[in-house]
Amino acid sequence: MSELRQIAFYGKGGIGKSTTSQNTLAALAQTGKKILIVGCDPKADSTRLILHAKAQDTILSLAAEAGSVEDLEIEDVMKIGFEDIRCVESGGPEPGVGCAGRGVITSINFLEEQGAYDGVDYVSYDVLGDVVCGGFAMPIRENKAQEIYIVMSGEMMAMYAANNISKGILKYANSGGVRLGGLVCNERQTDKEYELAESLAKKLGTQLIYFVPRDNIVQHAELRRMTVVEYAPDSTQAGHYRNLANKVHANKGNGIIPTPITMDELEDLLMEHGIMKAVDESQVGKTAADLAAIA
Amino acid sequence: MPQNAENVLDHFNLFRQPEYIELFERKKKEFENHVADSEVERVKDWAKTKEYQEKNFAREALTVNPAKACQPLGAVFASLGFESTIPFVHGSQGCVAYYRSHFSRHFKEPTSCVSSSMTEDAAVFGGLNNMIDGLANTYNMYKPKMISVSTTCMAEVIGDDLNAFIKTSKDKGSVPMEYDVPFAHTPAFVGSHVTGYDNVMKGIVDHFWNGKAGTAPKLERVPNEKINFIGGFDGYVVGNIREVKRMFDSMGVEYTILGDPSDVWDTPTDGEFRMYDGGTTLEDAANAIHAKATFSMQHFSTEKTLPLIAASGQDTYSFHHPIGVRGTDEFLMKVSEVTGKPISKELTKERGRLVDAIADSSAHLHGKRYAIYGDPDLCYGLAAFLLELGAEPVTVLASNGGKLWEEKMNELFASSPFGKNCKCYPGKDLWHMRSLLFTEPVDFLIGNTYGKYLERDTGTPLLRIGFPIFDRHHYHRYPVWGYQGGLNVLVWLLDKVFEETDRNTIVPAKSDYSFDIIR
Repeated sequence: MSELRQIAFYGKGGIGKSTTSQNTLAALAQTGKKILIVGCDPKADSTRLILHAKAQDTILSLAAEAGSVEDLEIEDVMKIGFEDIRCVESGGPEPGVGCAGRGVITSINFLEEQGAYDGVDYVSYDVLGDVVCGGFAMPIRENKAQEIYIVMSGEMMAMYAANNISKGILKYANSGGVRLGGLVCNERQTDKEYELAESLAKKLGTQLIYFVPRDNIVQHAELRRMTVVEYAPDSTQAGHYRNLANKVHANKGNGIIPTPITMDELEDLLMEHGIMKAVDESQVGKTAADLAAIA
Repeated sequence: MPQNAENVLDHFNLFRQPEYIELFERKKKEFENHVADSEVERVKDWAKTKEYQEKNFAREALTVNPAKACQPLGAVFASLGFESTIPFVHGSQGCVAYYRSHFSRHFKEPTSCVSSSMTEDAAVFGGLNNMIDGLANTYNMYKPKMISVSTTCMAEVIGDDLNAFIKTSKDKGSVPMEYDVPFAHTPAFVGSHVTGYDNVMKGIVDHFWNGKAGTAPKLERVPNEKINFIGGFDGYVVGNIREVKRMFDSMGVEYTILGDPSDVWDTPTDGEFRMYDGGTTLEDAANAIHAKATFSMQHFSTEKTLPLIAASGQDTYSFHHPIGVRGTDEFLMKVSEVTGKPISKELTKERGRLVDAIADSSAHLHGKRYAIYGDPDLCYGLAAFLLELGAEPVTVLASNGGKLWEEKMNELFASSPFGKNCKCYPGKDLWHMRSLLFTEPVDFLIGNTYGKYLERDTGTPLLRIGFPIFDRHHYHRYPVWGYQGGLNVLVWLLDKVFEETDRNTIVPAKSDYSFDIIR
């Protein structure tokens, strides 16, 4: 067995992070790698395409039923899916109560203690949105994930989130071994998307590891709760995911410590590519009526 | 080995036997990364300098031995002042073990308090189920008349909402709908135990007066002739509350003590275990709204409670833990003015006796220099008494003192010729105090049990006044308020002076020319 490789996918909510990660990991599994997916999102939708399930029972919901995490066995929480990929979901509390971040910490500790990582080549964490608190930084803390892949697109907020996640990585990069593996751009067909993604990657000191083009076949596969890799293995899109998987695999040890940029720099970048217009400072905070009066 | 079953040596002597002395030497040499004794001495001496003090006071990101505890400790204190009330701390068990042991070590009495026993799961999912089960268990097992809920860090960080949780618990039948469950959010990482006392006292007053969290009509205030009295967080509560009651009774004042744990922390050993004893009845707590005025003995323990009370239409008066003649005068004169009851002959006589005692011993206290640390109000009261005695409270430090306290202290110093060289230190800790004891030497240090380390390190004799006092017994039974309380503090001050004088003159044929029978 080769050395355990741990990676994590981060990115703004709704960017197609779980779809991208599951397709990539499915492709990786087809090359013979043994994979464990750890979903770190209270929505618990990081493994549905692999398991063909709506949502898997989560560690935390099962723990709540059993009384405490100590009462759980690893077999209770781990499901086996496509290409023998092992899947667990941490889960989390109802919206508005408790602490989802603590839930991620609890789950990952549980998995490690229970030996869930034994006998796998890859552990992949799928983490929600922005790194809002220490709990969601768990996969990048304490020498867990070696490389982080940020899924983004050419939209302002996705890039903003990518920059924020880089800040999180930077915080732990010097004390631990975590590195930024690269950006994965999930095409949204915004203007000059490729150039923009390339520029951002450069600014962050990393590479655009893959540009995944948009294709409706992804939706068709999703409707059947499948990855494209499984649904239509011969499609062009499946080929893209296989390429991405190969790139990720070959990227071992090539991660970097990111150089996140300031909000101003990010806005400059968007303006450079014509995504955002320069703001006329004299108009900031003026109502329509004010502006009409001036004119 | 020197220890054997025939003749068991106490540890004091055991560890002074040659075997152990040798063992400690070896341990030091082989395992403790020992540096040369001369180097240890050099650093020790450097830590006594002004230069070190400057670095110490420039400290930003580190606190060493703060002279304060956390909010929930004060919360438990305040809750225990009510009849058959059990404090219910929403948080994990370890926190509650701390409050219980801390009080039990000081008062030498068991302290009843329950927790909602939050664990990892509760931290993730929120503690609602713990509240539901906890309230039901507490209600059924310990049969309290009231459950007073407060929180710890954990519940506060995840944002548990006590109001909603208690309502839901009642809906689920944990306790009857009309049962009294006052609550207060008391995050341990904000303020100090004094803040926690204030929050819970406010929560309980608000509960009874302002409609029990929307489940009962608000009380309509019909003013009567009574006054309310709130003591604040006070390590002498057992002696003090009884003394205050005695003074009020001697004046014929009608009063309600809001928060009176003096009996539950002083239950007699007569064969009956009392989980609850004494305390303000729930009826009195509710009827306290009708009082003419509320007196708080410790302003900084009631900063939030008093405005709430004032909003009901009452007058409020607050003091800073008055100790001594002037402080007691001001307190009693205000009580007399508000209630129209003259100060009793008995109290007037006690005042004269205290003045007499002070005059008798004045020569020994005059000009003595003191360093004090403790809660803001206690520090003020002690400093005021020392000034009254002609002593100098040179250094006064309160880790939980703020800007307002600093102003009050400076006003106090300015009001007396003995306050000229005195300085107060809000927000500082005992490591700051350590520096000050070296650079601004004083004759005596006044503080709680933890001051014994400062006494050891700096050689400044410690007089134990404050909270907690773990290593001397029963001082909490003595009042420090009122003229009688002033007399107690005077005696403690003098005892320390005389003990030191004796200690300094005890060596035969060297210093015993002053080892006198009469002092």
